[in-house]
Amino acid sequence: MSSPKQAAAVETKLTGGHRACAGCAFPIAIKEVLSSCKYPVVVVNATGCMEVTTTIFPFTAWKVPFLHNAFENSAATCSGIEGAYQSLKKQGKIDKNIKFVAFGGDGGTYDIGLQSLSGAMERGHDMMYVCYNNEAYMNTGVQRSSATPRGSSTTTAPAGKVINGKQQNPKDLTEIMVAHNIPYVAQTTVGMWPDATKKFEKAFEITGAKFVNIYSPCIPGWGIETSQTIKLSKLVVDTCMWPIYEVENGKYKINYKPATKLPVTEFYKTQARFKALLKDEAQIKLIQDWVDAKWARLQLMEEATNKA
Amino acid sequence: MEKTIAARTGNEAMAEAMRQINPDVCAAYPITPATEIMQIFAGFVNDGKVKTNLITVESEHSAMSACVGSAASGARTMTATSSQGLAYMHEILFIAAGIRLPIVLAEVNRNISAPINIHCDHSDTMAERDSGWIQLFSENPQEAYDAMIMAPRIAEHKDVSLPIMVTTDGFIISHGMERIELYPDAEVQKFVGEYKAPYNVLDVDHPITVGSIVLQDYTFEFKKAQHEAMKNAKRVILEVGREFAKTFGKEYGLIEAYKCDDADYITISLGSTAGTTKTAVEELRAEGIKAGLIKIRSFRPFPAEEIAAILSKAKAVAVLDRSESMSNQAGPVATEVKNGLYDAGMKVPLASYIYGLGGREIFIEDIKDVYKELKNIADGKSKPEQAKYIGLKV
Repeated sequence: MSSPKQAAAVETKLTGGHRACAGCAFPIAIKEVLSSCKYPVVVVNATGCMEVTTTIFPFTAWKVPFLHNAFENSAATCSGIEGAYQSLKKQGKIDKNIKFVAFGGDGGTYDIGLQSLSGAMERGHDMMYVCYNNEAYMNTGVQRSSATPRGSSTTTAPAGKVINGKQQNPKDLTEIMVAHNIPYVAQTTVGMWPDATKKFEKAFEITGAKFVNIYSPCIPGWGIETSQTIKLSKLVVDTCMWPIYEVENGKYKINYKPATKLPVTEFYKTQARFKALLKDEAQIKLIQDWVDAKWARLQLMEEATNKA
Repeated sequence: MEKTIAARTGNEAMAEAMRQINPDVCAAYPITPATEIMQIFAGFVNDGKVKTNLITVESEHSAMSACVGSAASGARTMTATSSQGLAYMHEILFIAAGIRLPIVLAEVNRNISAPINIHCDHSDTMAERDSGWIQLFSENPQEAYDAMIMAPRIAEHKDVSLPIMVTTDGFIISHGMERIELYPDAEVQKFVGEYKAPYNVLDVDHPITVGSIVLQDYTFEFKKAQHEAMKNAKRVILEVGREFAKTFGKEYGLIEAYKCDDADYITISLGSTAGTTKTAVEELRAEGIKAGLIKIRSFRPFPAEEIAAILSKAKAVAVLDRSESMSNQAGPVATEVKNGLYDAGMKVPLASYIYGLGGREIFIEDIKDVYKELKNIADGKSKPEQAKYIGLKV
């Protein structure tokens, strides 16, 4: 685990001057990933803000090999690179120990890229998939995704006079990945640097398919100040809406249990996207009950999978 | 060189070429009638006859996506598909061509749904004619085998650097067994050579960014470079064809002109129908009708000037399309031929036909009727029709 101070002393593989918004979370996620890797690394990226803001031709912010293919296929593309690497290594044409990371936002991962991700994980490629989850299609202008929380106002599920924002709970992609029986699945958040880097470091040492879901606030999409990224990415954890945990070879470990579990409204009142939801008590109750049940289930899973 | 005479289907011939080429990576997904190519090849992989890493993906979209990743890593990369599978790859076909990756695809021509139909026509391949891939058609298993051996050389040539699909006709060639000459492994491998990509993403000491977002200031230049590469492909196909002839004794060009030197009436087709047409031409010539055939081997790049030059003395021409473009004018091949004739300043009477959709058989008699219609047109007894369906039930 590297501290931010230690990480600051290491050469950053994502250079400054890219066009991400001030306060954007994903450059932090990239730094957490790349600073956790002791090996040469190749990055694949789905279409989205990350790709669009870091690779505007003829410039690039990436100091590691980088490939963008399309929106829904970063996992499959990465599996092709890893496949080529395995072939060339076996033939003695490459001797380096290289690691492979595919990045996608929640749109490119939970939704349109789910099949590609599932296939790559099932095949067991020696690669890590990192989903930077900002809970909507931010690059195209804040449309709802299957990661968008209930009651969030998005441009395709707006807070209207009759229907108040998104009407469904988010899909639990992390659990879907657990069901793939891959060696390592984790949830973290950009604001908890030690937790995030510890997980990435661990994942880079594990052979096989790894999946990490990292919570990544979006300044314009959430309607927040640029200074709030870290604060909100931690606050969500204290509401247990985004538990920090990992599943290693089927064993659950909750890495952070809040001393005081905060009500979900503490998180909602910080962001413009939940403005209308705050007036909707019935919907808030539905969400709170759901979050409580999920949190209880997660604790049971931890208990059940750690019995001697 | 000691050639082996064997009986092979088109699929077996393509799989055999792949074994000999011994690519670094294949990523593929099953679809009728192309499935067998990868099935046979998987046997080679698991029996240790090739060094290839076969990635058995969960869809054709991922097959082409993985091929892009692999080819961008500097690995020689191949796949096979057909019909809906090619259509499902559509998005990534453009990307593979746009980032200039020399992937080789064994494509078995099959109807595109709906109606769902597993048999041959060219609607799948023609739908990808603007994707930026080189497209070679084969008349029989031998041509498919030979074209697969030439494909990496053409695609990987520094002046080209484009993906290539070698096509056979579904079931007619893919499952039709014919006499074929196979070449020794060592000779094929010597001809194909090693692949050295100029750049690759596994070169971690020289990091590159591939697949950047390119905006109004440079996309135009990227496309022009691609356009030039496809122009170069015409020359390279001929060069590789001549070299192939020196090594293996059979020369391939962009087209094959069959008995066209003195022909009054010429039909144009591609794939297996060209073989049927050759018999029709022989029979007509025995009857005193000067028939000829242009078989298009390279549909992309399109040999417009070469076709126009051969048609310059013809009295009437027919183009046989095995797919529809629903333009109300003609099929895609006829449209391209007409473009070429206009540019050559020629106004030869041209009739266009649609035939064989969904595997509807075409017989020697059907093709002879086309030639007889061309004679009527040349004699002023009838006018050329467009997109006329051959053998439609009434």
